[in-house]
Amino acid sequence: MMFIRRIATTAALLVIVTSCEREDRRLNSQQPAAPTQMVPEVRLQPGPTLISDTTEGPYDDNAYGTTEGQVLFEQMNCSGCHANGGGGMGPPLMDDEWVYGSKPDQIFASIAEGRPNGMPTWKYRLNNQQIWQLVAYVRSLSGLTPKGARPSREDHMMVKPAPAQTPNAKPKNSGLPGSAQRP
Amino acid sequence: MERRHTGASSQLVRRLLGILACAGLTAAAACKPEVSQSLGTTSAQTGAAPAGDTGHLAADDGQWVRPAKDYASTRFSALSEINTANVKNLRLVATFSTGVLRGHEAAPIVVGSTMYVITPFPNYVYALDLTKPGLSVKWTFNPKPELAAQGVACCDLVNRGLVYDAGKLFFNTLDDHTIALDAESGKVVWDTKVGDINLGETMTMAPLVVKGHVLVGDSGGEMGVRGWLKGLDENSGKVVWTAYHTGPDKDVLIGPGFKAFYAKDQGKDLGVSSWPPDMWKIGGGTMWGWISYDSTADLIFYGSGNPGPWNPEVRPGDNKWASTLFARRPETGEAVWAYQLSQHDLHDYDGVNEQILVDLPIGGVTRKVLIRPERNGYIYVMDRATGEVISANAYGFVNASTGVDLKTGALQYNPEKETKVGKVVREICPAAPGMKDWQPTAYSPRTGMLYIPHQNLCMDEEGVSANYIAGTPYVGMNVKMYPGPGGNRGEFEAWNPVTGKQVWAIKEDLPVWSGTVVTAGDVAFYGTMDGWFKAVDARNGAVLWQFKTGSGIIGQPITYKGPDGHQYVAVLSGVGGWSGAIVAGGLDARDSSAALGMVNAMRDLPSKTTKGGMLYVFGL
Repeated sequence: MMFIRRIATTAALLVIVTSCEREDRRLNSQQPAAPTQMVPEVRLQPGPTLISDTTEGPYDDNAYGTTEGQVLFEQMNCSGCHANGGGGMGPPLMDDEWVYGSKPDQIFASIAEGRPNGMPTWKYRLNNQQIWQLVAYVRSLSGLTPKGARPSREDHMMVKPAPAQTPNAKPKNSGLPGSAQRP
Repeated sequence: MERRHTGASSQLVRRLLGILACAGLTAAAACKPEVSQSLGTTSAQTGAAPAGDTGHLAADDGQWVRPAKDYASTRFSALSEINTANVKNLRLVATFSTGVLRGHEAAPIVVGSTMYVITPFPNYVYALDLTKPGLSVKWTFNPKPELAAQGVACCDLVNRGLVYDAGKLFFNTLDDHTIALDAESGKVVWDTKVGDINLGETMTMAPLVVKGHVLVGDSGGEMGVRGWLKGLDENSGKVVWTAYHTGPDKDVLIGPGFKAFYAKDQGKDLGVSSWPPDMWKIGGGTMWGWISYDSTADLIFYGSGNPGPWNPEVRPGDNKWASTLFARRPETGEAVWAYQLSQHDLHDYDGVNEQILVDLPIGGVTRKVLIRPERNGYIYVMDRATGEVISANAYGFVNASTGVDLKTGALQYNPEKETKVGKVVREICPAAPGMKDWQPTAYSPRTGMLYIPHQNLCMDEEGVSANYIAGTPYVGMNVKMYPGPGGNRGEFEAWNPVTGKQVWAIKEDLPVWSGTVVTAGDVAFYGTMDGWFKAVDARNGAVLWQFKTGSGIIGQPITYKGPDGHQYVAVLSGVGGWSGAIVAGGLDARDSSAALGMVNAMRDLPSKTTKGGMLYVFGL
C-alpha cells in the first residue's frame, strides 16, 4: 500500500515537473507576435518547394492559453457559427477538412484577416495574444495540439467529446467554401 | 332598388350578388382582379363565380405567379387533368440544373409560357421557355451578391422564391437587395439595398406585391438584428414605409387606428416597455416568412420571428412585438391589429409561418378566418377582422405549453420546460424549429382540409451567456434535438380546421421540409428530404405515385398548364435549409449542437441524400 502511494507521488511529481510548459500562465511574458510573413494559403508552388510551414503556435502546448481560447471562442460568438466544433453557419472545425489551411499561421490569418466566404476579420477586435489562444483552441478541437494541453471537459451540456478525447484528424486542405459552385 | 327592376339595377344586383358570392368563396382574395391585372389579361368573371365553385379561386389556374399561388395563400390549383385516377402515369418531362448546391426552398413560378426559377445564394434567376422542348434558357440573371453574406445567414443560404407582377419579377438577395427585373428581358428595372450584412441582416423571404407595393422583410433573428417589414414602390423601388417589430409605436406603425383584441396586446409603446432597457434595439422579431392579403378588408397578414437572444432569462418581459401576428394596411404599413403568439418566447418559436385566408362555417355562421399552423404547435383559427382566436388546437405532440387561453389569448407555458442558464432542460416538444417551420401548408376547398408538411422533433436546452457583437450570432443557448414521440421525424398531415381535428397523416422518417400543393384532381404533392417526390390522395392520404429525385426535396411544388394545354407539376430538388444543413454545409455530426442543435436529429441524412440543385417537371 505504502509502495503504491510512493509510486503515485513520484508519478504526480513527474507530471508536475514535465508539465511546466503546459501549466505556464505566461502572465508576465511578452505578447506573442503575429506571423512575421504573409501566410501562404496554398500548397502549390511552381518549381521546388520553398515554403516551410510553421507547425506549432505559441499556445499549442499550453493548457492555460488553450482554455483562454475556449473562453474567447464563446465570448466572441465563434461558437454561434462553428457550434462546439461541428459547424453551422460556418464550417466545422473538428474535422479533417480545412478550407484555408490547418497550420497555426494560417488559422491566425483566417481569424485576423477574415476569409471571403463569410469569416469576419477580427484583427480590430482582438489582440495577437487572444488570436493565438483561439488558434490553440481551434486546433485542439481536431486533436492537432498535444493531448495534455487540450481541455478535458466541457463546461456545458455534453454535446460532444472533449478535445482531449478527440483523435488527431490528420488535416487535408481539401475543404471547399460553401459558395465554391459558380456557373 | 326593389321597386324598380330596371336592367341597370338588376345588373347592379347581379354585381352585388357576385361580390357576395365572392366574399362567400373560401378564398376571398382570389376573387379580386389582382391576378388578371398583373398578367395584363382580363378575366372579368372572377368576381361572379358562384359560391363554392372552386374553379375560380384565381383568375387563371394555368399560371402560378407567386409561391403561395393566390393572396389567400391556399396553394390550391383548380387544374384537374392530373387526378387520383391517372397520377400513377405521371412521368418526368424535363429537368434543369440550377448550378447551385445549397438548399432549394423556392417555388418555381409560371407566367404565360415562361417559367422563372431563383436559386439559393448566389441567387441566380433563370427564365425558361416552356414552348421549347427541354426548357431552353431565355435569359439568366446573376445579382453577384457579396460573398461575405454567407457568414451571417443562420440556416443555410436559402431563398424562398420570386414573385411576378405587372411585367416585372421581384426577389431578395442574401446580401439584402430587393431587385426588380423586366420579366421579358431579365434586365434590372431597379435595385434597392434595404439591409446591412454587417448588422447580421440577410434576406431569404419571397416578396409579396400588393397594390403597387413590394413587401419585403429581413432574416437574422439569431444575429441580434431589429426586424422589420418594408413596403417598396413597385415602379421605383423607393422605400415607402418601414414597420419595425420592436421599439416605440411610431416605429412599429401603431397609431390611432390600432385595436388589439386582447388586453395583453393593448397599451402604449409595448415594443419598448416589454423589454429590459434598450434591448429592443437588438431584439430580433424579423420577417422571413409569408404574407397573405385580404383584398376585401384591404389587410395584409404576417407574423414576426423569434426575439433575440434565444436565452430568455436575459430579456424579461413579453418582448413585443416578436413572435407576433400583424394585420396592416398594404399602402401605409399602418397596424390595424396585432396578436402576440408566443409572449416572452422561450424556445425560438418564430411567428413567420403562412396564414391561409378562408371563410369557414363555425358555430352555425360563416366566419372570415385566418388559419396558422404555428411553430409553437397549435393551429390557430382566428377572426381576421379582429384578431380574436376562435380555436387553437395542437397538431402534434406539445409539452412546452398546455394550450392557448381563449379568454386572454395567452399561450400557457409549462413551467417545467422553461429554459434556464446553467441547467439542462430535457425533452422540450416541439423543438426550436417548432411543429412546423417555414414550409407552407395548402388548403383544398374541395375537401375542406389543410395539408400540413411538418416535423416531429424534441430537444434538450441549456441557456448560456449571449454577447451582442454586431454581425455575429446572438443566441445564448445550447441545443440538442432528436425525434419526437413515435420516432418519425416528420409528418404530412391532413387537418380539418372546422372540427379542429386531424383527418389522416403520413408518418415520414425525416422532417417534411418541403412545401405542398393540392389540386382539383384531389391530389396533394410533397417531397421528402431523401428525395422522394410524392403524390397522395387528398381525401385519404394514400400514396398514388412517387419519384426519386437526385437530392432531398425542401422546395415548394407547383402545378400549371403548359403552352400545349396540359397540366404539369414542377419542383426543385436540392437538400439544405436548417434541417439539411448537415449535408449542404458539410457539418460534423460528432457535435450534437452543430447547426443550433439540428445536426443531432439529422446525423443519418448524409447517408440518405447528397447535395443537388435540379428542377424537375412532370406530366402525363
